[in-house]
Amino acid sequence: MRVGPVGFRIGSDWHAPIAALDALYRDYPRPEFADYSVRLEAVSPWRRRVRPSVRVAGDYWLPDASPLPLAQGVLAAEMGMNLQVALGHRRHLLLHAAVVARGDRAILMSGVSGAGKSTLALMLSQRGWRFLGDEFAMIDPDTGLAHPFPRPVSLKNESLSLIPKGYRTGPLLTGTPKGDVRNVAPPAAAIAAMDEPARPALLIFPRFGFPSALSGLAPTETFMRLTQASTNYVAMGEAGFRALTRLRAQVPAVALDYPDGEAGVAAVEALWEAL
Amino acid sequence: MAGPRYRAAAAALLIVEPLDMFTAVFHRPSGVTHLLNEPAPQILEALADEPLDRDALLARLAQNFDLGDADGTAVLQARLAELEAAGLVDRV
Repeated sequence: MRVGPVGFRIGSDWHAPIAALDALYRDYPRPEFADYSVRLEAVSPWRRRVRPSVRVAGDYWLPDASPLPLAQGVLAAEMGMNLQVALGHRRHLLLHAAVVARGDRAILMSGVSGAGKSTLALMLSQRGWRFLGDEFAMIDPDTGLAHPFPRPVSLKNESLSLIPKGYRTGPLLTGTPKGDVRNVAPPAAAIAAMDEPARPALLIFPRFGFPSALSGLAPTETFMRLTQASTNYVAMGEAGFRALTRLRAQVPAVALDYPDGEAGVAAVEALWEAL
Repeated sequence: MAGPRYRAAAAALLIVEPLDMFTAVFHRPSGVTHLLNEPAPQILEALADEPLDRDALLARLAQNFDLGDADGTAVLQARLAELEAAGLVDRV
């Protein structure tokens, strides 16, 4: 399937994960060629049938990744796709960030896993914001534009109750290394618009679970946070430096602490109104 | 005797982005980003036009800048050594 500028080919020793992915990714186009391959392989021939256990292989892989039970095959595929992009993608500067847009102007919400960026992006997508992605902001080094990479959102544990009505979901995966996980496909309109980039207009570093607080960031602090948020800054070399310094110079940046999703959404929208 | 003369890496090899009290410098030959604070960016600037020995560099910097200790020599020597190790400054 194709997600934004990236085509994936997913292979599997079993049919079930492919069927689940086909359903979850129903609205995504099928490209003519793939940038990356991900394969879900049995850890050994007999483990194809006996306590089937999935190892993620692909163009890029981690030597110490633990296999997952077959029931978590969708998670394995998602992790494999993330890994290919994180380690292989060079056409854009990648930032760990969720991205939403109004019109052609975007908010980048950058944070580590657990900062709440996926939840915020999903909630904002219900309020008229276009969902561009919850994993990677893809910054074009030539134009500075953020290109959509609207993969399904993976919601975990207490966030599962936030799945909006009418959104397409994958199977509930229980007992994964990340707890209970369910993938939620973005709205079809977001997928249909995934070739339309947006200009970053606001950069937020959110932190979930803290009393509401908003603070500006010194230029060096923003620069450091952006380099830390990027998986390919070093590999991008000069193009990465230029893309990152331009983003830092042109886009206002704030750190936002928020206690819960509602407060977070309200704070993000207030920041947007004040731009 | 003031010892060797130093010069900054050619301007074409550096991309300099002033931030606030820090300056980000991308070194093209190595692909490494350096985050410099005072007086390192000022040293690079002073050594950009012509090579200077340590005394001349000190005199140049002292015009606009307090190097913090009695004669500034120790600070300057330490920063020069760091910049040289990073490839941002070399000896003529």
